Amino acid sequence: MSFLSITEIDASYGAVPVLRGVSLQVARGQVVGLIGPSGSGKSSVLRAITGLLRLTAGEVALDGSAVDYANPASLRALRDRVAIVFQQYNLFQNMTALANVTLAPILAKRRDHREVEAEAMALLEKVGLADHMRHYPRELSGGQQQRVAMARALALKPELLLLDEVTSALDPELVNEVLDTIGLLAADGMTMLIVSHEMAFIREVADQVVFMDEGRVVETGPPQHVLDHPCSERAQRFAAKILRRQWRPKTP
Amino acid sequence: MLHSLLSELPRFFGPYNLLFLAQAIGVTIALTIVGCGIGYNFGFALALLRVQRIIDIPPLRWSAIGFVELVRRLPFLVLLFLVMFGFQAGGYTLTGMAVACITIILRAAAIASETVRAGLESVHPNQWDAAATMNLSRLDQLRHVVLPQAWRVILPPAMIQFIQLLKATSIASQISVIELTYAGKIMNQKGFSATLSYGTVLILYYVLCLAVERVVRRMEKRLVLPQHH
Repeated sequence: MSFLSITEIDASYGAVPVLRGVSLQVARGQVVGLIGPSGSGKSSVLRAITGLLRLTAGEVALDGSAVDYANPASLRALRDRVAIVFQQYNLFQNMTALANVTLAPILAKRRDHREVEAEAMALLEKVGLADHMRHYPRELSGGQQQRVAMARALALKPELLLLDEVTSALDPELVNEVLDTIGLLAADGMTMLIVSHEMAFIREVADQVVFMDEGRVVETGPPQHVLDHPCSERAQRFAAKILRRQWRPKTP
Repeated sequence: MLHSLLSELPRFFGPYNLLFLAQAIGVTIALTIVGCGIGYNFGFALALLRVQRIIDIPPLRWSAIGFVELVRRLPFLVLLFLVMFGFQAGGYTLTGMAVACITIILRAAAIASETVRAGLESVHPNQWDAAATMNLSRLDQLRHVVLPQAWRVILPPAMIQFIQLLKATSIASQISVIELTYAGKIMNQKGFSATLSYGTVLILYYVLCLAVERVVRRMEKRLVLPQHH
């Protein structure tokens, strides 16, 4: 049975519909890649799951039970098990890297301060930021900030991690350090739903790929299938464009 | 003219008059501190009622907006008379000091409410989003994430408004509260020249504002820039 099950969800920003009957499944321990052109609704799916975007129809179920977003207790229960990492990191600007990581475990999970801090330090070390724990976000590079954001999400011990284009705001040379971190998580068996434009990376880590366009799921399947031999004409065009865009050495 | 001014000085700064002026300064300071102290807290609460991320109760929001818009648009003097005659009509007789305090509280609250709201809105929504998805309560989101970032936007105008309100307490002279401005008028009526009476008032306001500015600037430095280690 799927850990996360999304069934026919609709959502809109004002009068503009962004999701139209989206369904997808994520099983425990699975990594699912969510791809598609800009504006196709990938990020909106993640925002809808976390309750930042209101559903107008459909259902999100976690671990077999439907989430009632209008009910604060139900939403809290979901957020207790699902963490999200944002494209723009969204680190708390008024806190050090370490405080960013420890804040929610202390305040929201009411855990022991010292225990949380020791764990946070270990996590920051794991993402290669042992020397930057006392730095403020503005003193860190984009890649470092994004790794702090990953550590912050992991400190919540989520059962499902949502990653929203976590590398698209980064300089190209910083992308790999973040992707490496995600790769480690995948190897550890973390359940993840990843929105990304890094096709080579998705091919590597994802068990399943969901291709979206104009707020709809167009194609779902294993990466080889969706990326290399897509059935739908829309996915074929996308794949062709993406592949053409990949970097190649210049020929004189 | 200088000669006559100088000849007035010894009598003007006699012990009784000095005590009288000191008391008047005390009243001005008390009006400012009580008015802003209570008013700013009230204004802060009003601002929270207007930020939907914290309190999303439309009737409360509309009431808060209505109050702020009304009070901000009324001339201070009219507000003073409204408070005074309002209480009279309700059958309460308040002292001039109480009426002045309430008026300044209302005024300070309306002004502070706008300042605090602007400060909260200056913090990027993604900060709220991140805190909310991590299950921080609305109060914790505000206290630990948003407010610390909003202070730098809230404090500078709040401090300027504090000094403006200090000067605006002179409005209380219209209902015979003996604060600094009214004290000047009384001295003038006692037979001292207007130049000397109001000149002294001018200097005292100037010194008072200068002192407040100094204190405020030091506080700002502490509150706004504590984030460097």
